Amino acid sequence: MTETSGRLLIVDDNKVNRLLLSRSVELLGHKTALAENGRVAMEMLAVQEVDLLLLDIEMPEMDGFEVLEAIKSQPELRDIPVIVTSSVEGLDNVVRCIELGAEDYLPKPVNKTLLSARVSSCLEKKRLRDEQKRLLERFATSEVAQDLQESGFAIGSERAHASVLFCDIRGFTRLSENLAPEATIELLNTFYTLMFEAVTSNGGIISLMLGDGLMALFGVPHPIENTAQSAVQAGQEMFTMIEMLNAERMNEGEEGLQIGVGIATGEVVAGYAGTDRRATYTCIGSTVNLAARLEAETKETGGGMLVDQTTLNSLDGVDVSRTYKGTQIKGFSDPFDIYALQLGK
Amino acid sequence: MTNSPIDLDVFSELSEATGEEFAAELVTTFLDEAPGMIADLKAAVVENDSDGYRRAAHSLKSNAATFGATELAELARGIELGSLPRNGEWTEADALQSTLDAAAEALRDLIHD
Repeated sequence: MTETSGRLLIVDDNKVNRLLLSRSVELLGHKTALAENGRVAMEMLAVQEVDLLLLDIEMPEMDGFEVLEAIKSQPELRDIPVIVTSSVEGLDNVVRCIELGAEDYLPKPVNKTLLSARVSSCLEKKRLRDEQKRLLERFATSEVAQDLQESGFAIGSERAHASVLFCDIRGFTRLSENLAPEATIELLNTFYTLMFEAVTSNGGIISLMLGDGLMALFGVPHPIENTAQSAVQAGQEMFTMIEMLNAERMNEGEEGLQIGVGIATGEVVAGYAGTDRRATYTCIGSTVNLAARLEAETKETGGGMLVDQTTLNSLDGVDVSRTYKGTQIKGFSDPFDIYALQLGK
Repeated sequence: MTNSPIDLDVFSELSEATGEEFAAELVTTFLDEAPGMIADLKAAVVENDSDGYRRAAHSLKSNAATFGATELAELARGIELGSLPRNGEWTEADALQSTLDAAAEALRDLIHD
């Protein structure tokens, strides 16, 4: 068996057909699960991993057309290839299957050579799609990966309301001078793991990783209810996590990390920027600049989290620890009122 | 041979591809299921359910083709594509039953050889 073995779900209301198909693909080295109609198949798809569907059309309760529609409308199922195996009459029905997203159509009784070839090619397709998905998720966030898969890849942009968060490790250069390169990378990995968790668990995405810092977006590509609240919540969690990390590091006799966070809220232009070969989902506009400047400003204010007026206005249950009225910020002509937020709780 | 209700080429191909024992089990499954399909077909006539009528004929057609029961498959296909008869008109159902009976007998002989 040189082929990769797959998990196939066979959906057919006819017992003879189910058994025969199951036997045929098992002889090819694959594992099978059986469903006697579309409804049962959808229930099974919700709870188990399937690489390929062999789908009959004529079935009671939920027929093959309905199954195809249901699968293609669910992002988590959409990439499962479907081979329609049917003796349904009429070319228009075959065409309809393909239009609904079936990979292939095999008339019954299914020719075993054709079946073997089609199953292999579909499993290979599935393997490549899974691989692509994994790569996308590694280099983008899962939201961006999903967005890319849903809308296809296009360099373009849209205006949106968002909160932008910048976070940076204070004095990282000096800190890393005392560490072996491997230890520096490990520290950065731990830092990013914690920061990613804080961002994604609050509905944000990481847009950029910048050496010892990062830029996170809340409200794009998918709108969220209160972008400012989510961003600030993420910021709070970042401090909590860094505190926990520091406690661990202190125990090991290592120096702790200090971070600064800046958050601004407003209109941004978000989209994919770059070329077809390499692009990144990012965000531009004065809101982004302001957030970056606020983060830089924490060096002056002695760390913590600084937010702009628009962010503060949307917050609920967060206390301001200090107000900096009429702060002149680099790159902006008018002065701003900026706010340091109370950390924790 | 030409009069056999079963196309032996089709049947032996099935038998070779899936194993003799499996093919015999599959025949038994079909013989268990087929009366239910005819019953469904008749019930659909009584209930004026053209989808059910078509589906029952479709199932029989599909299985008959699997075992090489060519005549049965042709007959079932004609019914699948035809229109739902009025309640009480059993010409088609009866023809299907007798063709099935002949095919079933031949299949039984094949697996008990």
